[in-house]
Amino acid sequence: MKRTLFRNQLLPWLLLAPQLAITFVFFLWPAAQAVRQSFLRQDAFGINTTFVGLSNFKALWNSPEYLNSLQVTAVFAVLVTVLSMGFALLLAVAVDRMIRSTSVYTTLLVWPYAVAPAVAGILWWFIFNPTIGVMPYFLDAIGYDWNHISSKSDAMTLVVIASAWKQISYNFLFFVAGLQSVPASLREAAAIDGAGPVRRFFDITVPLLSPTTFFLLVVNIVYAMFDTFGVIDATTEGGPAQATNILVYKVYFDGFVGQNMGSSAAQSVILMLIVIALTVVQFRYVEKKVAY
Amino acid sequence: MNKLFAASTVALIASLSAANAQTEIQWWHAMGGELGAKLEEITQGFNDSQDEYRVVPSYKGTYPETMTAAIAAFRAQQQPAIVQVFEVGTGTMMAAEGAIVPVHQLMEEQGANFDPQAYLPAVVGYYTDTDGNMLSLPFNSSTPIVYYNKTVFEKAGLDPNTPPKTWAELEEFSTKIKESGAANCGFTTQWISWIQTENLSAWHNQPIGTEQNGFGGTAARLTLNGPVQVKHWENLKRLSDEGIFKYGGPVGGDNAAPMFYSQDCAMYMASSASRAGVIANAKDFEVGYGMLPYYDDVEGAPQNSIIGGASLWVLSGKPDEEYAGVAKFFEYLSSPEVQADWASFSGYLPITQAAMDQMGTFYSENPGADTGIKQITLNEPTENSKGLRFGNYVQIRGIIDEEFEQLLSGSKDAQGALDSVVERGNALIAEFEAQSQ
Repeated sequence: MKRTLFRNQLLPWLLLAPQLAITFVFFLWPAAQAVRQSFLRQDAFGINTTFVGLSNFKALWNSPEYLNSLQVTAVFAVLVTVLSMGFALLLAVAVDRMIRSTSVYTTLLVWPYAVAPAVAGILWWFIFNPTIGVMPYFLDAIGYDWNHISSKSDAMTLVVIASAWKQISYNFLFFVAGLQSVPASLREAAAIDGAGPVRRFFDITVPLLSPTTFFLLVVNIVYAMFDTFGVIDATTEGGPAQATNILVYKVYFDGFVGQNMGSSAAQSVILMLIVIALTVVQFRYVEKKVAY
Repeated sequence: MNKLFAASTVALIASLSAANAQTEIQWWHAMGGELGAKLEEITQGFNDSQDEYRVVPSYKGTYPETMTAAIAAFRAQQQPAIVQVFEVGTGTMMAAEGAIVPVHQLMEEQGANFDPQAYLPAVVGYYTDTDGNMLSLPFNSSTPIVYYNKTVFEKAGLDPNTPPKTWAELEEFSTKIKESGAANCGFTTQWISWIQTENLSAWHNQPIGTEQNGFGGTAARLTLNGPVQVKHWENLKRLSDEGIFKYGGPVGGDNAAPMFYSQDCAMYMASSASRAGVIANAKDFEVGYGMLPYYDDVEGAPQNSIIGGASLWVLSGKPDEEYAGVAKFFEYLSSPEVQADWASFSGYLPITQAAMDQMGTFYSENPGADTGIKQITLNEPTENSKGLRFGNYVQIRGIIDEEFEQLLSGSKDAQGALDSVVERGNALIAEFEAQSQ
């Protein structure tokens, strides 16, 4: 490792200062506020404040709505991750096999990534709108009465599709890059040994892709848990009957709409712990354990 | 460039000195679009009428957004003098004793021309305390009524001039409409919470909660799982299964209006302030207006319906001269001319008797426009039909929607759904009570 030596003791701190200031103002200070608020009970206007210890957390633990939200988040994150990674891998393999026009397809497939979550949500909301949407019209023709306003599973399907669709592009890019780094010589050798395309895919490509896959797994779970707020807010607003009320949306709703600061802060502290756990997993395993 | 700069500097200084001479009063509101433009026009009228005060209206987004913004501003000591808060925020505002200046107190302190008797009890009742003191100034109040498609009624062989009076009639008419093929569905509705639960209770003189529906204090608890409400929700579930009723979604029921406009549903229960929108969208058919239906086997029905909409709250912590201006502005807003102008433009209800009298000709020229006002003044409001006031009610409205959705999806029956509204709602109310102590 190379070490740079500063003669001036102050200079390194000065150079770090802008970054430290930003970290402090936009991360550490708000995080500390959230932790502090999570131990308090306060009315909306902040006139009466009482210290209540862990009772905000206890209330969450005993709240069927919060436990439901945890479950919904787990189901949602798994579905979004599996769907977006599955499709992305399929498309990446297809593009990887192409000889010409690879770049055209790549460009086209990356487009949806540029769409903001809220816009993606509105887009799919229109397509699936039970009254004016085009999909319910077709679904009706095959005998399915689509209604994400009253059906919990329809609502979940809608938010999963809208969230996964956007993320396919991102995953696709990484898979294409990953596939290109799989040496063709290995596949050719396997082919000479008589392995068919399916066998070659599962025994050579999949293991060699595992670092990419694991990285994407963590990134997608984080995406599904935290970045899909816009999709939920623009389509179902957590409904019907909290069927799509993921943790992040519940923090917003209880805090900003419901004005229950203590509970909302306690929920965001829990979310913070989840992010920390995911980050640790990523650094520990992605960097070290996934090898081939 | 320099010239432009100089000119804008002069303009800036001029506007600053003008602002110095006048006292500026910030008013945060949630009226977008045409209503917002009308609001600004009314404010301009006040600003032009005198040169001591200048009211500056700012649009802050939806009702919850406006309320949240005002609360956040109060916490940062940057609050506006006047904020428009929707009716379900009333409990929260009222409990914030150090944060608000009650309107009656403000008007007295400023020696303003203020006669509480001049206001319509059915409207201001929602915003008064148990002693009859007005806490906030009603600005835009409406009440749910029935809109129906006369053209479809005729096709189905019904009298286009007779809207259904009772729920039995509504069902009978709907069945006829559906069977004759005149429309796919009988009726849809906005707001399951406001219309099919709260107003249903008031309209049948049934309590929504204890302590006069929460007017008596924060110790009040919900009781809206009574037999009439349960029977009604059961009916809605049955009618929904039969395809006679179609659910328009949670909160305001965004999908309800398109179903009525596209003539999919023949009847539509919605706010009286939706009148302008309904007329604009009812292109291929004629619209009729009726009062909310009732169950004729419930004693005391129909009582009177309750209002929704928003009122203006005065926040504390501003200099005294601003409050003098607010009092003047409220006098202006309550004047019959301004009220009549605003009410006939928007479809909201006038708040004083004088304004209502002034609107006589408007009502006679616009049939159906007076359905709402007739409905809220049908009887002297009782303890059950004055309105409601509970803390955390924004979330409780959400719970009502959720439990109704549970009912529709078949995972709960009507009694079970309303029981859990009460149970979950009361937990929130208890939390609110603890917070404000």
